Amino acid sequence: MGRNIKVNVEYLTRVEGHGNIVVNVNDGVLEDCKLEIVESPRFFEGMLRGRSIFEAQHVTSRICGICACGHSLASIQAAEDAIGFKPSDQTIRLRKLLLHMENLDSHLLHIYLLVAPDLLGVKSFVPLIDSHNKVVRRALRMKKTCNDVCDILAGRHIHPISSIVGGWTKLPDEKALDAMLTYLTGMIPDLNATAELAASLKFPDFQRDTEYVALVSDDAEYPLLMGDVGSTDGVRMNKKDYKKITNEFIVPHSSAKHAKLSRDSYAVGALARFNVNYNKLRKEAKEIAAAVGMKPKVTNPYLNTAAQLIECVQSLYDAIDIINYFKEKGIDHSEAIVVGLNEQKRIKVKAGTGVGAVEVPRGLLFHYYEVDDKGIIVNANCIIPTGQNCNNIEHDMKKLVPEILDRTEEEITLALEMLVRAYDPCISCSAHFLDVRFVR
Amino acid sequence: MTKPKVAFFDFACCEGCQLQVANLGEALLDILEVIDVVEFREVMSEKWNQSFDIAIIEGSITTNHAVERIKEIRARSKVLIAYGSCATIGGVNGMKNNYELKDIRQYVYQEKAEFFDTIPTRSVPQVVNVDYFVNGCPIYPPEFVRVLKAALAGLPYHVPDSSVCIECKLNENVCMYERGLSCAGPITRAGCNSWCVNNGNICYGCRGMVSNPNENGFKAVLEKYDITVDLIMNKMNMYNKCREIK
Repeated sequence: MGRNIKVNVEYLTRVEGHGNIVVNVNDGVLEDCKLEIVESPRFFEGMLRGRSIFEAQHVTSRICGICACGHSLASIQAAEDAIGFKPSDQTIRLRKLLLHMENLDSHLLHIYLLVAPDLLGVKSFVPLIDSHNKVVRRALRMKKTCNDVCDILAGRHIHPISSIVGGWTKLPDEKALDAMLTYLTGMIPDLNATAELAASLKFPDFQRDTEYVALVSDDAEYPLLMGDVGSTDGVRMNKKDYKKITNEFIVPHSSAKHAKLSRDSYAVGALARFNVNYNKLRKEAKEIAAAVGMKPKVTNPYLNTAAQLIECVQSLYDAIDIINYFKEKGIDHSEAIVVGLNEQKRIKVKAGTGVGAVEVPRGLLFHYYEVDDKGIIVNANCIIPTGQNCNNIEHDMKKLVPEILDRTEEEITLALEMLVRAYDPCISCSAHFLDVRFVR
Repeated sequence: MTKPKVAFFDFACCEGCQLQVANLGEALLDILEVIDVVEFREVMSEKWNQSFDIAIIEGSITTNHAVERIKEIRARSKVLIAYGSCATIGGVNGMKNNYELKDIRQYVYQEKAEFFDTIPTRSVPQVVNVDYFVNGCPIYPPEFVRVLKAALAGLPYHVPDSSVCIECKLNENVCMYERGLSCAGPITRAGCNSWCVNNGNICYGCRGMVSNPNENGFKAVLEKYDITVDLIMNKMNMYNKCREIK
């Protein structure tokens, strides 16, 4: 007789938000394998109806504390698209800087505080304070640097203040540019040390080919803020077609909706971007990829964490380039704009629909708004990276569990938890998500 | 002396406030010198099944399951701190209470709406007794440290009950009304050092309303700048809708 295994991880730890893993193996046959998203639904799309389009980014950044900047940028993009506002070149470059800082900050949090404890065989970063004090200090120092740069640029990282529909309420002066540059260049030695540490870590070996989806563009830049949507299965679509890309469907065990494109499931995130846009990575990032032995197409989902490291390098150097650009060209301070609820009609509003598609730390994020001629939101939709990944994670679990049935229940549970964590799921975002419950 | 046992819990929220704590950087290690964090799901797998000296609660209460869970945590905690707008005043989750629950569930989850348990949003003090408050969306880190120190020493902490305008004036910002915009500063509790206005934006009222607003003075300001009370109240409802629950 085959083995019976029940895994039941309630409230998965070291992930953002609430989810469970449920696995049921009966007589050696996998009967059930689910990632339950049990985050309380928060109904953001519903709450936006009737509010001003100029408040949308303020509200939607509150969907998630880790990717608050990403949500606000997707929201702003969708809002500007809806009312027909074209942001300036300066505005766009500064938005890219903000997005780089968030990707860097979020990836560092995930690599050091959420994943490293698994790879070092401890339950959290807390025991590492004694055993790996220098590493923990480095992690906290780098995170703080990202936050300090965001403080200068946008008032703060969690729920940015000065980035709004129409541009920026505050623009960095010469002193602010110098301060950001000092912080970022000061981070290079710590990032090099991070790369050395990551190259020494051993990630679990597991392969499952899937479709990887990310922003694509025709220029030379590694696209994060703007572009069409492309995939490793050869899809290329305009962001306007986001519904045809995500094909969302509801499953009873998850307050996050599921998604699929050309196959049963697809993946978004750092590994997807790496697989889709490897050629556009800068030389410093490609060197790290070579050091950790990665070349597309990488089909081991555990390596999403390594892809995040590669992106850290990309974002740090790109951010430095942006600041140097402004040091040379100068900032046009006449562009600073305070809009509030557009009481002064500083921004022209028309009825319409708009889509924002932005690569946030966990993958491609869509915001969609429909506004009336007064700029009031009539309909809203947010499609979250973790929501898109849930279905792919379940398909990974279904392939992984039969491959590791000879292991102990504890080992199986850990392998599954690490798999889910590798995606860096953001459950409060997706709940519209993680615990493992083995049912043996 | 054993260090006080401290646990962090989250309910419906964006988890941004616990990240604000993580963002303290190396200063966090100094805090960890004096407390023993026994449970913190987002960054730790360790769990604790005994009593807590201090429970720090983020998020608002939006499901029946959450009501039971917060009551259970309260029963095991000597001191309970609510931090962030969601926990202290209901925060943005309260906007849900603008709608019939049936309708908003239907709007987001359509025919599958019945899968998702939800009740009108309540702040933590609307469900259990709270000993300390750290207001704001997100929390202002210096205030969090101040409150934690007070809680560890057993001293009281009172959230300022004067308006954001006072701090804003000290920071020498140009008044948003003078710039032709409406701002929730005059009726919102101070303590954030007028964070948003310092960065060129308006106050959204995330720290909750002062207990005794100067209504006549504020109405005069609104009149002077031709702004309706409805517009300001709608703005205040972004964070403060839960105050209507008795």
